Amino acid sequence: MDSAIDVLSWILLTLGGAFVFVGGLGALRLPNFYTRMHAASLTDSMASILILLGIMLQAGWSLAAIKLLAILAFLLLTGPTASYALANSALLSGLKPGNSPADSTEN
Amino acid sequence: MVILFAVFLLTLLVLTAVAIVRTENLFVAVMLTGIFSLLMAANFFVLDAADVALTEAAIGAGITTVLFLGALALTAEHEKSVSAGRWLSMGVVVVTTLILVYATFDKPRLGDPEAPVHLHVAPWYLEETPELIGIPNVVTAILGSFRGYDTLGELFVIFTACIGVLFLLSGPRGQHLPPDDMALSSTAHGLRHHLIPKVVGRLLIPFIVLFGFYVQFHGEYGPGGGFQAGAIVAAGIILYALLEGEAQALKAVPRSVLMGMVIGGAMLYGAVGIAGIALGGNFLDYSVLADNPVKGQQFGILVIELGVGITVCGALLSIFHAFAAREPV
Amino acid sequence: MYYLVSIAILVTMALALARAVLGPSVYDRVLAVNMFGTKTTLLLSVIAFLYGRPDFLDLALTYALINFIGVLAVLEFFQSRSTRRANDRVDGA
Repeated sequence: MDSAIDVLSWILLTLGGAFVFVGGLGALRLPNFYTRMHAASLTDSMASILILLGIMLQAGWSLAAIKLLAILAFLLLTGPTASYALANSALLSGLKPGNSPADSTEN
Repeated sequence: MVILFAVFLLTLLVLTAVAIVRTENLFVAVMLTGIFSLLMAANFFVLDAADVALTEAAIGAGITTVLFLGALALTAEHEKSVSAGRWLSMGVVVVTTLILVYATFDKPRLGDPEAPVHLHVAPWYLEETPELIGIPNVVTAILGSFRGYDTLGELFVIFTACIGVLFLLSGPRGQHLPPDDMALSSTAHGLRHHLIPKVVGRLLIPFIVLFGFYVQFHGEYGPGGGFQAGAIVAAGIILYALLEGEAQALKAVPRSVLMGMVIGGAMLYGAVGIAGIALGGNFLDYSVLADNPVKGQQFGILVIELGVGITVCGALLSIFHAFAAREPV
Repeated sequence: MYYLVSIAILVTMALALARAVLGPSVYDRVLAVNMFGTKTTLLLSVIAFLYGRPDFLDLALTYALINFIGVLAVLEFFQSRSTRRANDRVDGA
């Protein structure tokens, strides 16, 4: 039973690590702000769920598991909100979701 | 493995510092300073210094970024280019760096087990804390009790800094302290008019303040204490000010209450010291505060941490309101 | 098993830093800082378990909250800046 939990934990953590890396790669290499936004925010949420669930399995029933649950709840609540606010702000100030050179606003 | 983490984080730190210095757009510099602070806190964490990491997280990454942005809103965004005196500054920096590097040849290697701090100082504190004070967090014991004078000095430095900033920013400079109902602008702008961040923010603010109280009172058992708790509660109220407008936040926590907090916390700390004298001991001697010396120490640490937390929270909020109240140039 | 995840998170932090330095518009940089904050939270949770010190999770919780406040402050700054610019243009025109 212990080794089953360990194996499951290992799978979740590795998947979470893969998502994290893909998100970072996407944020660096995608061409436009809005596409990078997709990469960053989606992988953030997914990776948080996977990694924190993986650690929670290792922690068992303890105060640490409840704290991890709280961290997960806050990350899932604030991550998408921050992404929404950022994308909205960018759209309202004129950054267009296309790919032509006239798209980026001045710094 | 720790070495790998530390080297990686330190390399990123150097790169960020170079980027901060090289950019001339001040806003980019503020963003990179936020990243710098997060890296520093991760570094502290890897080196097992949890209290410092928590303080760096709460104050550096959150509050300092907000204050820098408030200052940027009042001034220009691009650095003025300096053309005169470059070689002189370069020369001074190089000479100072060489002197500092030469001075480090004398100190023991970092983490050397033969260093005096690991042979004499640290073991003394680690042995005496369970007997004399009886709390698990040795850092709080040192901060609160063994070196209580230093912490008193730190608290009064924060108090003085707050007063200094308030003097500077309330000077006769155009509109000073505009009436509270003259809103920043009549057009719909700002987070106040976006429903989603407002709802989520309202949901979170009670938890942030509650978490701040948890960190305050848990400082004796885990990483925490007055400085971190004050910063976290101030961050919660700053979030309220960002979402609902500065006027609402001033209605919720008026300036008189903030002034009372700043002064009251420092006075509380001093009062504990004087109570020590009144009950027969020395200044800031907590052992006489209760019938049992260990209980007295714990009670004393609790009260002074409360004083520290109150003053830090009041100071950070006062400085934030001082920045936010000025009309931009 | 935690080592692999921590290395992945550290590499991603480096990539986010690159985006923060490079990003042509300001919003790219804010995106990078937000991502950096979330990754730091995850890194702290993983390392807390790596070191066997689960009571260090308070730090990760603090980061998750502070990161949010920082991003919202930046966005508020943008909104007021663009409004000020619009007002200046209206006044000056």
